[in-house]
Amino acid sequence: MEEGTASKRAAGRFCSICTQRKPALRRPKTLEQICRECFYAVFEEEIHNVIIKNHLFKAGERIAVGASGGKDSTVLAYVLSELNRRHGYGLDLFLLSVDEGITGYRDDSLETVKRNEIQYGLPLKIVSYMDLYGWTMDEIVKVIGLKNNCTFCGVFRRQALDRGAAFLKADKLVTGHNADDIAETVLLNILRGDIARLSRCAYIMTGEDGPIPRCKPFKYTYEKEIDKYAYFKKLDYFSTECIYSPNAYRGFAREFIKDLERIRPQAILDIIRSGENFRISTTTRMPEQGICERCGYISSQKLCKACVLLEGLNRGLPKLGISRIKAGNDGSGRPDEEPTRRGREVERPILESKPCGTLDF
Amino acid sequence: MHLTLEFGGGLDLLCQSVKIHQVDVAPKDENAKLTMRDLLAWVRSSLIKERPEMFMKGDTVRPGVLVLVNDCDWELCGGIDMELEEKDVVVFISTLHGG
Ligand SMILES: [Zn+2]
Ligand SMILES: [Zn+2]
Ligand SMILES: [Zn+2]
Repeated sequence: MEEGTASKRAAGRFCSICTQRKPALRRPKTLEQICRECFYAVFEEEIHNVIIKNHLFKAGERIAVGASGGKDSTVLAYVLSELNRRHGYGLDLFLLSVDEGITGYRDDSLETVKRNEIQYGLPLKIVSYMDLYGWTMDEIVKVIGLKNNCTFCGVFRRQALDRGAAFLKADKLVTGHNADDIAETVLLNILRGDIARLSRCAYIMTGEDGPIPRCKPFKYTYEKEIDKYAYFKKLDYFSTECIYSPNAYRGFAREFIKDLERIRPQAILDIIRSGENFRISTTTRMPEQGICERCGYISSQKLCKACVLLEGLNRGLPKLGISRIKAGNDGSGRPDEEPTRRGREVERPILESKPCGTLDF
Repeated sequence: MHLTLEFGGGLDLLCQSVKIHQVDVAPKDENAKLTMRDLLAWVRSSLIKERPEMFMKGDTVRPGVLVLVNDCDWELCGGIDMELEEKDVVVFISTLHGG
């Protein structure tokens, strides 16, 4: 049978790029069968092209790489430092990690980041919840239980990254969100009817009007290829699930994406494209940005989200701020007060993909 | 048949946190070849100690689990019908364990 002889070790076939070595994988985007060396080259050059085409960086900029120790951010730090050298971007790269204070999870992954600091020669800054907020995630979970902890994690991490980036005097923060993450977020925003976030979540750069713009050089990079790259290059990364992450809801969208990918690899890019192309005019305006009265962080309300959550924790009312944040977000939260249309927009947390603990920010 | 199995990306947690397993797997009957299908069934029943749904879906690996045989993506070598050979190194990596 043809299958039997042709299949084993792809015998007799050669890499469709160099035509010399045996192929090791098939690219999901093009279905080309290529060898490892050619894979490294096309993988890296594709990211270089995304960076150039989207004008992600300017020479002389200081760039903080959000580093969780996980595979996406580890590959990102590695590839960016390679490209920076190879193509003379002229960037100063830094690793920026958040220590949420999760025993047995973050302490281990931070060890990975500390090794990456040495391996890639990139200076590392760690900002901790304890230093910024006076609470570790372990302590927060003791008070609020497992149900709402990702609200805290998400709000606190976002602000912690901005503060860490400010400390580093970074011009931009880059994160390891990949094509699968973005496709998943587009889907979730469609399912939730969150028009305002729908096209924005597919942008390669956000927050250009804020203090620290964020960008996603892996926007078009398949998770599958990031994993293979990390594996073949034997990069040092950490892979254990956040012990506090309640996986179910996002896990479902994730699995749907992976099922689609198996049938038609192009589907991931198609979903991203549809996210980009949604231009639905609504009366919703994005709120004006002011400054938090208490901590000085950007906020459209008197107090920023982190300060509201912190006040609840410190006053022994940990639910404060949560129900309002959850209102209109996943439909399960009942609001304390009927938020105005504007208010709702303000309070919705940005929907990020993956359970927050395993999230590459 | 002697094989080396490696579990990564958190899949090692399903088999008592051991990443690399040296195993001997017999084909169903003596003359038959051992296929990936047979190996997956064997891994599921003999190696995985918890949450098998993190590893398999139906009779194949869950979408999002990469399979490499001797550093070659199994998609290039026949996938689930691929026949294994003595001393093959089979690697399973989950991409679902996050960032
Ligand atoms: Zn090649
Ligand atoms: Zn504040
Ligand atoms: Zn969490």
